[in-house]
Order: sequence, then structure tokens, then C-alpha cells
Amino acid sequence: MKNRHIIISISFLMCFFFGINTYSYANGAADGSEKTETEESFNAGEMIFEHILDSYQWHILTWKGKHVAVNLPIIIYNEGHLYAFSSKHFQHSDTYSVTENGSGNEVVFSIPKEGKYKGKVVIIKGDEQVRPIDISITKNVLGLLISCTLLVTLFLIVANAYKKRGEKAPKGLQSLFEMLFVYVRDDIARKSIDEKHADRYTPYLITVFFFIFINNLLGLIPFFPFGANITGNIAVTAVLAAFTFVITNVFGSKEYFKDVFNTPGVPIFLKLPIPLMPIIEFVGCLTKPLVLAIRLFANITAGHIVVLGFISMIFILGQMGAAWGAGASVLSLIFIIFVDVLELLVAYIQAYVFTLLSALYFGLACKEHHHG
Amino acid sequence: MELIKPEIGLIFWMTLAFGIVFIILAKVAFPIIGKALKKREEKITEALELAERTHEEMRQLQADNEKILQEAHEERDKILTEARATRDKILEDAKAKATEETNRIVDSAKETIENERKAALTEIKNEIANISIKVAEKILERELNSDKAQLDYIESIIKETENNK
Repeated sequence: MKNRHIIISISFLMCFFFGINTYSYANGAADGSEKTETEESFNAGEMIFEHILDSYQWHILTWKGKHVAVNLPIIIYNEGHLYAFSSKHFQHSDTYSVTENGSGNEVVFSIPKEGKYKGKVVIIKGDEQVRPIDISITKNVLGLLISCTLLVTLFLIVANAYKKRGEKAPKGLQSLFEMLFVYVRDDIARKSIDEKHADRYTPYLITVFFFIFINNLLGLIPFFPFGANITGNIAVTAVLAAFTFVITNVFGSKEYFKDVFNTPGVPIFLKLPIPLMPIIEFVGCLTKPLVLAIRLFANITAGHIVVLGFISMIFILGQMGAAWGAGASVLSLIFIIFVDVLELLVAYIQAYVFTLLSALYFGLACKEHHHG
Repeated sequence: MELIKPEIGLIFWMTLAFGIVFIILAKVAFPIIGKALKKREEKITEALELAERTHEEMRQLQADNEKILQEAHEERDKILTEARATRDKILEDAKAKATEETNRIVDSAKETIENERKAALTEIKNEIANISIKVAEKILERELNSDKAQLDYIESIIKETENNK
């Protein structure tokens, strides 16, 4: 019962916050950058993508037309030079110039508002825009670092509790972590992977599970410094999937590679002149992690989009009249609460699915006895 | 489609951050937690085994107790049976002896009665003889007077004797 209250109140707060954020944003856009007063209407798509995508600023809220945002550092590596400067330089001007120490050349950076590199830092060389290697601490990177720090801190606290309490029964945070820890270890790793090898993969599986779970949950909290759409970013999920892919193949047994490149029990004409089966099997190896990455990314992003969509509905209908807005807000709120609670479930399920499938791929890759 | 295009910067930071998190957790946190869990598992297993053993011992003890109780019951029953037999025997003996004694007493009483009767008969015979003699003496005294008187007299004497009797 208590947990339910907490979830509901979190959802309420979430809606409240998103509400303020988007509302002021609509105003801010109108009397801030545009100035033409033609773009008075609220743009739902823009608002949603502003939240879903990465940015160089962490926008916290807009108060009476003033943006409250954290300007994050931009770090650029280009042609052997490393540039680091704050994103606040782009707040009032479109370009920012840095003079190189050695040669004295001036490098001009810009964030274009249109075109191929919309919203990304580019170097302007004449008329051309060149995208350098951009390792800026963006909103997602900062969110990632925060959640990683939180995860490590929590685990160290738990480990310390084990040290302190010895063999006594777990308590508080310790019991929550123990439940999930033991669940991943016993019900995911040990059930999917051969007993001999299971313990080799367990640390990775537990890390992945907790990493995804904590990022999913933090993504649902709408307040700074949480709420960055980390697990809903394809780069993050791609890296996780790449880890799974690398571990699968590095620890793969001989039988596994034989299965892939010389599948037993398949007629020879499918292998020899044109290596049809090996190609299919190899593509299968690549699609497995790809699907892992896309599933997690799509699920989390979709959840965020649905919540933001319902919030947008309040403002879209609100522009038709106050009564419409009030009615829509009640209806939207109910849907938002429902979707948020659903998202809590999805947060766990997606962490579970990613871990379970990784474990299954490991299990397939390290089995030694071929049946059949 | 910016949404599905992974950014190199985020890939770089993600790899770094996740790698560091993984190393810290795998090297520092997990061994401590894993060891503690294993220790606790062992402790619980031990405790369970101990409980099982104690339970078994208890059962053994209970069985022993029951056996002892059973034996005690049997012993008691045996003793009771024996006691009953002894009592019965004693009663039987006592009865037999009592009967015998009674018979003996009755016999001796009968004998005494017989003796008394015989003695009484003898006495009565003697008395009758005495009376007869006395009657005879009186008859002889009156013979001389008259026949009639004699007869009356005899008559009176008989009466007298009858009355005396």
C-alpha cells in the first residue's frame, strides 16, 4: 500500500513538473528567440523531441520567460587538438571562436538550427559545416555519470552492510539488492548458462541488470539531475548490446563457432559454392545484439513519448479554451498516471529481458556438449 | 533521424562509464556480497542440518521413552497378574482350611451331642430303674391290706411318677 502511494505521488509530481516545463517553454519560445510572434502555438513534437534527444544544456525550467538551465561543457577533438568550452557561449550568439595556441588559426564553432547537423556542434570552414569528434558532456552523459555514481555508491553501501552485518539477515536497502542480486544470479544466470561457466558471466549480468533498471527508473523521475532519457538513447543501448556481443564471442566455445560457420546437419550444397548457411548464421549473431539494443531503446523511448504526448494534449486543447484545457488535464492526468505506473513495470521488465537474453546468448555460446 | 543515430560522444562516455562501473562492481562489491551470501547459505544449511539431526535424536529419545514405558507397563501387568494369582491362592487355601475346621468342629460337636445323649439315656434308664424299684417297694408294702387298696395305690404311684417325670 505504501509503495503504491509513493508511485502515485511520484507520478503526480512528474506530471506537475512536465506541465510547468512545457507551458513556460511554449511562452519562452514565443517571446524569446523567435520574436516574430507568429509561432505562438504550442509544438508538441518539438517539446517531446527536446526531451527525448540529447542536448548541450540541461534545461531545468523556465520561469517568467527566463530559462533556468545548466550549461554543460562541450569537448571537441579535431585534427589533433582538444577544445573544451562551456555551452553558454552559444546562448547569445550562433558562433564561438577559439584561437589555437600553436598556429594561431581561428577555429569557429557553431550549433546550426537547421540542416544535417541540427543542434550539434560543428566547425565552420568557409561555407562548409564539418562535424568533429564530439565528446561533450551532454545532458545524457551527465545523467549517465550521475546514475553510474549512484549505482556504485549504492552497491558500496550494500557491500559495506554485508561486511558489517556479517551473517545476519539483510536489512533495508541490503535486502532489496540481495533479492535482485540473487534473482539474477540464480534464476537468470544459473538457469540459462551451464553450471560450470555461469559464475564467469554473473558479474556482467548483474551489472547490466542494475544499470538498466536504475537508469530506467531515474528516467522516470522528471527532476534535475534525473530524468535524462539514458536507456532510451540508441547509443547507450548499442554499447550495452556491444558488450554482450563481445562477451558472447570472446568466451564462445569451439562448438559454438563450429555451429556458426560449419553448421552440422545441413546439406553441403548450402555451404560450399556459396556459403549460404554460414552467412545466415553470422547475420543471426549480429542481429541478436542489435535487437537487444533496439528493444530497450524503443520501449523506453516509447514510454516517454506516450507520457509527453498526453501532457501535450493538455496544452493543445488548452489553446482552444480554458474549459477544454481543464477537461483535458483531468483526463490526461489519469492516463499519465496509468502510463507512468506501467512504465515502472516496463523499467523492470526491460532490465530483466535484456539480462535474460544476454544470459541465453552466453549459454548458447559456451555450451560444450552438442545435442542431437 | 537523430533519434536512431548513435552519437560517438555518448558511445565513448557510455563505454567508459559502464566499463568503470562494471570493474568496480565486479572487483569490489560483488565478491563481498557473494562471499557473504555464500557464508550465510552455509550457515543456514548447517543450522538446518543441525535441526534435522536434533529432530532425529529427539525422535530416537521419544521412541526409547516409549519403549521403556511399554516395558514398565508390561512389568506392572505381570506383577498385578501374579499378585492376583497369589491372592486367589491364599483365599482358596483359607477357604479350604476354614471348611476343614468347620467340619472338624461340627464333627466334634456331633460326637459330643451323641455322647451327651447316650449319657442322658443311661441316666434316664437308671432313673426309670430307680422309680421302678421304688414303685415295686411301695407295691410290696401295700400288698398286705387289700386287693382293692393295692390297686388304687399302684394307680396313685404311677400317677405320681408320671407327675414327677
